[in-house]
Amino acid sequence: MAYQIVACCVNCWACEPLCPSRAIHAAQPHFLIDATRCSECDGEFADPQCASICPIEGAILDPEGNAANPPGSLTGIPPHRLPTVRAQIQAR
Amino acid sequence: MVVSSSSELGGSGCSASGCGSHSDALAHLPEAIRRKVQDHPCYSEQAHHHFARMHVAVAPACNIQCHYCNRKYDCANESRPGVVSELLTPDQAVRKVLAVAANIPQMTVLGIAGPGDPLANPERTFATFRKLTEQAPDIKLCVSTNGLALPQQIDELCRHNIDHVTITINCVDPDIGAEIYPWIFWNNRRIKGRKGAQILIEQQQKGLALLVARGILVKVNSVMIPGVNDQHLTEVSRVVKEKGAFLHNVMPLIAEPEHGTFYGVMGQRGPTHDELQALQDRCAGDMNMMRHCRQCRADAVGMLGEDRGAEFTLERVEEMTIDYPAAMVTRAAYQQQALATLAAQRQKSGEQAIALSSIGGRKAAPRPILMAVASSGGGVINQHFGHAHEFLIYEASATDVRFIGHRKVDPYCEGSSTCGEGEGALQRTLHALQGCEAVLCAKIGYEPWEALEQVGITPNGEYAMVPIEQAVAALYREMVAQGRADQRTTTTTLPLSA
Repeated sequence: MAYQIVACCVNCWACEPLCPSRAIHAAQPHFLIDATRCSECDGEFADPQCASICPIEGAILDPEGNAANPPGSLTGIPPHRLPTVRAQIQAR
Repeated sequence: MVVSSSSELGGSGCSASGCGSHSDALAHLPEAIRRKVQDHPCYSEQAHHHFARMHVAVAPACNIQCHYCNRKYDCANESRPGVVSELLTPDQAVRKVLAVAANIPQMTVLGIAGPGDPLANPERTFATFRKLTEQAPDIKLCVSTNGLALPQQIDELCRHNIDHVTITINCVDPDIGAEIYPWIFWNNRRIKGRKGAQILIEQQQKGLALLVARGILVKVNSVMIPGVNDQHLTEVSRVVKEKGAFLHNVMPLIAEPEHGTFYGVMGQRGPTHDELQALQDRCAGDMNMMRHCRQCRADAVGMLGEDRGAEFTLERVEEMTIDYPAAMVTRAAYQQQALATLAAQRQKSGEQAIALSSIGGRKAAPRPILMAVASSGGGVINQHFGHAHEFLIYEASATDVRFIGHRKVDPYCEGSSTCGEGEGALQRTLHALQGCEAVLCAKIGYEPWEALEQVGITPNGEYAMVPIEQAVAALYREMVAQGRADQRTTTTTLPLSA
């Protein structure tokens, strides 16, 4: 099993140097994880490194195929609160 | 040489906020520091008229998220921090630096500022610095960082002959930090919210103190975000000054929906010109303020406010033959000349200060007036009104001429093909010049002349090739003589009280 980078990756390079298995490489249209090399950081780090620095919600899928960083997890704003927060920000 | 301790009404015309007509906030610094920054366009307001800088985009990765940043940095048309056209390897970056230095002799400074955080890419950043120290010893090296990795990289940083570091510090209060930084990556984990902001603030402050202890000049950049940290930045200014930062650069938030940043998408507004200036003035009581920052791209090339990056793409640089030892000779000669010009202009504005202070003795002191200046560099008024991409804003008063900031505009006249079709651009320019009462430029067409007069701005083309501060002072004297700088009469407020 392995983590996977999908289409919304913005090629920001943050994950590449962190991978303890050197499983990530730059590619077009987006970076890729070599599934045969990915160890899910098991035994290396408490958290998978790529998913812990990726700035884009939904760009990395966990081995079960779920977004490692689901909507709202990185902005800190759950989707249902977005309209309220937007209104607060626009009132500044 | 200007003495900062002279009395307020003394011969040098010193006022409390700035010295004589020197808009350069660094005029009072010790000689050793002034010498370090005299040819650094990003640290000295006067130097930025004469010297150029470049950034190389070798550092893509970032270890924090800021709400004003979009990590999709690849864009040719946007001009703001964190945006680049092509990412370079250290070897490609060195080649580009040599090419630019050989072709633009006024380029004195190479900075690494992203598009991510330079210290989150230590191998790429330091490899670039190492090679440049060997191959281009006449170029100053600087780095701009969010500060998170600063304490752990400080030894390596000091090994590379870097004498200027910029840290972006937007807050010293983690509750405010949590509104700006949703997360940081620290010790191999993502840390969100207030806790992450607190660690970032601790590392920034620790890094600042360490740099100062090692004699490295530190500039602090802060992004002014209305309703988030605008009230708090005076406190930031006080704290970083106490810790030994020598210059504070408060920049306006850039946030447009099309940039795709959190703030842009959510509709967070940036500050107005007046809000920014008021905050900079409030901070100035505590700190030397920088007001000439152009918030350039992480791969900008040329004088501040211009970008010649397109002349030095990877492809073009590969084709150039560079004789760097020969270029160093040309560069040294040019730079020596520019420093001499600068010194002469400084001398002139010193004389100007004395003349200006002589108009202060009237019954009611004349009020200060804002003027916009069109200059393409060299510290003189030398640009056609319609060709200006930006106007420099100066405030003239009875005691001094001081630089306030710049306003970006679309050139009214982009050359023969579009000339005369610039009506929309002209309207936008008039809007950008709000608050100014005069425009100094080398030349100006009939149509914009009329339009300016209609909105109460006096166009002036009489001072072409005259040093800026000298020209501003001279025009101010004319306006004082005409009674145009008298305290505003109450006529305009009458309808309100009626």
